[in-house]
Amino acid sequence: MLENLPILSLLIWLPIIGAGVIIFGSGQKYKQLTQWIALITAAVTFVLSLWALNEFDSSRYYLQFVEDKSWIDSLSIRYSLAVDGISLPLIVLTSLMTLIVIISSWNNIKLRASHYLAAFLVMCGLMNGVFAATDAILFYVMWEAMLIPMFLIIGIWGGPNRIYATLKFFIYTFFGSVFLLIALIYLGNQADSFNIFNMHSMVIDAEVQLLLFFAFLIAFAIKVPMWPVHTWLPDAHVQAPTGGSVILAAIMLKMGTYGFLRFMLPIVPDASLEMANMMIVLSLIAVAYIGFVALAQSDMKKLIAYSSIAHMGFVTLGLFISFALIADNHLDAAVMGIQGALIQMISHGFISGALFLSIGVLYDRMHSREIKDYGGVVNKMPQFALFFMIFAMANSGLPGTSGFVGEFMVILSSFQVSFWIAAVSGLTLILAAAYTLWMYKRVMFGDVANEKVAALEDLTMRETIVFIVLAVMVMLFGLWPAPLLDIMAPSVQHLIDCNLVSKLTPEGMCS
Amino acid sequence: MTDPVNFSIISSEIFLLVALCIIMIVDLFQRDKERKLTFMLTQISFVVLFIIGVQNLGVAREVAYSGHWVLDQFGTVLKLAIYVTAFISLLYARPFIRERNLMRGEYYLLTLFSVLGMMIMVSSGSLLVIYLGLELLSLSLYALVSLQRDSNAASEAAVKYFVMGGLASGFLLYGISLVYGMSGSILIADINQYLANNDSSLMIKFGLVFIVVGIAFKFGAAPFHMWLPDIYHGSPSSITAYISSVPKIAAFGMAFRILEGAFGNNTADWASMIMIVAMLSVVLGNIIALVQSNLKRMLSYSAIAHIGYFLLGVSVGTDQAFAASMFYIIVYALMTLAGFGIIIFMSSEQKDYQQISDLRGMGRYHPWYALMFSLVMISMAGIPPCIGFWPKLEIFRILVTNGYVFEAVVAIAFSVVGLVYYLKVIKEMFFVDATESPNVSTSRSLKIALSVNCLLLLMFGLMPDSIYQYCLSAFASLS
Repeated sequence: MLENLPILSLLIWLPIIGAGVIIFGSGQKYKQLTQWIALITAAVTFVLSLWALNEFDSSRYYLQFVEDKSWIDSLSIRYSLAVDGISLPLIVLTSLMTLIVIISSWNNIKLRASHYLAAFLVMCGLMNGVFAATDAILFYVMWEAMLIPMFLIIGIWGGPNRIYATLKFFIYTFFGSVFLLIALIYLGNQADSFNIFNMHSMVIDAEVQLLLFFAFLIAFAIKVPMWPVHTWLPDAHVQAPTGGSVILAAIMLKMGTYGFLRFMLPIVPDASLEMANMMIVLSLIAVAYIGFVALAQSDMKKLIAYSSIAHMGFVTLGLFISFALIADNHLDAAVMGIQGALIQMISHGFISGALFLSIGVLYDRMHSREIKDYGGVVNKMPQFALFFMIFAMANSGLPGTSGFVGEFMVILSSFQVSFWIAAVSGLTLILAAAYTLWMYKRVMFGDVANEKVAALEDLTMRETIVFIVLAVMVMLFGLWPAPLLDIMAPSVQHLIDCNLVSKLTPEGMCS
Repeated sequence: MTDPVNFSIISSEIFLLVALCIIMIVDLFQRDKERKLTFMLTQISFVVLFIIGVQNLGVAREVAYSGHWVLDQFGTVLKLAIYVTAFISLLYARPFIRERNLMRGEYYLLTLFSVLGMMIMVSSGSLLVIYLGLELLSLSLYALVSLQRDSNAASEAAVKYFVMGGLASGFLLYGISLVYGMSGSILIADINQYLANNDSSLMIKFGLVFIVVGIAFKFGAAPFHMWLPDIYHGSPSSITAYISSVPKIAAFGMAFRILEGAFGNNTADWASMIMIVAMLSVVLGNIIALVQSNLKRMLSYSAIAHIGYFLLGVSVGTDQAFAASMFYIIVYALMTLAGFGIIIFMSSEQKDYQQISDLRGMGRYHPWYALMFSLVMISMAGIPPCIGFWPKLEIFRILVTNGYVFEAVVAIAFSVVGLVYYLKVIKEMFFVDATESPNVSTSRSLKIALSVNCLLLLMFGLMPDSIYQYCLSAFASLS
């Protein structure tokens, strides 16, 4: 019986149903009850995702937990879900981060807490849907619908300039995705079905590929975000409440790179190859230039936001460097580049989430994100200082943390292409160390700066649990990334063998 | 050409006419200020009409009265949509007109008359019958708008509506007369036949221009849109909800019958005209709506934009495209009813709250309704999972399939512009702090009707096929 459980549907709909229940529990009277319901829903979702991970057969590349039902017959759109080694880790990450956000906002949200939690649960379901959908229109529906709860989270519970930030966020991303929609419609018409994997085996001529490439690029580059369309991110992050920032950085940014991997690379590989140099340059700009921008920030959240852009630049670098490697027949290095990018996606999910939570901890106590308002926090919050140190080190890519693994793999594979690409991307290790540790120094070390800092209290039980979980994940994947690599390897290998071959002629495609 | 009169083909119209006469007489003898009986009878007749309509769904196509009357799937599906939307609009209207001293039998009777006119429009087989139906509809609507005699705005709107509507009818009639003169027949099928055998002369094209202008006028598509915001704004809100939704469905029926029915062989003659009108409406409607601070006016301009998207489908001119347009217009009617339902919901006896800023605090004091209204706005903006997304998707798909990629990109880019003003409403409801609760209606029936309407937008959004398959079947049976 358990084998026939529609696990992916559950991962999508369970949190949404949970949200539907607690949305009615507004008001103080039900506050505890709704919090517990939210926690249990998120926990069950997470356990389900772990169960899926356990059941997942990582020795094979093909899609698992397939669900395929007719949905909109007139348009040949189907409700089809499945995961492979690329999407499953992201689903687990989504479920875990949602659980963490719900724990960390326990009793923290004063205004309409039940709606806040409901928004996160809805978003969790929809994000799982984005990663699990194998029908392009279903993917698009989830992709768009997900914007609404985030829009509300930033707009209702955000900082003083929240309305500007949230409108910018919504309109920016919506603008990107309409081009995605046109591309998907076109592909669906050509393939006579909206199944993403049917689209992978289509022959498309070079001119059309280029147009599709730019349609995908606008949509996904805004989401990642790549330089120069990154400007919505610092605003959105700074104004978002802690939970919103965590989900935004940990999951939503990954959707852009997931889109690259799921749509752009396999569907239009020739155009991607043609444009790979441009993409590499854009990624390097993100890595280097944004790194310098981060160095100049005085607001901690903004600093982490810019560092996210820089780290996501690594992901896009890893994805597009592989084209140059495949062209040179360095297939192993190409696999490593893409795997490095994937590891970086997961690891950045943990690290950025943890850093935003750390800043949230400080902000809850001091109501300031300005670095200059702090100093000497270590004297008052030694436990917090320890965790913050781990995350800061991971963010700067210290060996032994998960931040190192992905970056190392990407740099290693880019060496095969050009020394200079590796050299510029290697800059990030220096820059990330500079801005993260400098921030750490200014905030944590030194004498106690003012009475407010003097009045700080160390982590509560709840916060400690959250940080322990994240710290374990960061260290675990830093020291022992093998399980993660094993899950991904067959899918990545398949992607490179079958899907990144030329789509100009039907030759060379595996069916 | 003397076929025996088959009354079953026209049964729903006969039933409505009889019901109308009965309700009129019953209303005459009513002393009840609430006009409860009139209201109930009106709604019951809609239910009966709906049942008759469902029975007729099986009829593929039958012609009566020497070809002047057609009963087909297309007409039946449109009629069903008309009944449902008219039914909902009367639910909305009741508390509103009670507060404004408009609770008179005429309100219901005029609504019924206009529905009769619409039914005639969508199942006519000749241009003359279409025109008769259109006039019956228009005259009832003029009277409805002017029902609130003591309001300056409503009177002004009524006069504007009357003059503009008369002008549009004039254009249409002139075009029809030219076409009639050239083809020698007023029957749609005969004109189609004539054009299949003969090249369209300049005179036919000349007449076609006037017909297209007349249709664009009736829809309020740019550049013939000037009257629309003023009239939507000036009319009592419940009547705005009605005239902005239900007659559009019938107007689509009219447009299809004339453009595709009569001129289906000459698509090239009218398609590009409609395309220009459609693009202009999309652009103008979305841009002007951006700067409106009055919710009613914003919705009016957004209506122009929606009509533009809908006409994009018409301009492609294939059966698939008409099906998509039909889907769009039915969904639009549902959305716009809910949109004006919000305004009805906010208005009080003393004052109409129509500014977008009047919604402030909705999220805090009435979270349920704020959520419902957000669904309306999300749906109108075309964001999944609400229903508004699907017809837009379908229109864009039709455009891309038929090679209008550039038009599709422009239209879709302007839907991003449209997003801005819809989000503005959500912003006012949720993000702007308010110290006092906005005014909301206390009528329970209105609350339920509005919630159901808004939830329908979400439900149909999850199962769009439940509407769309009927639109497709309407056209499958034609060919």
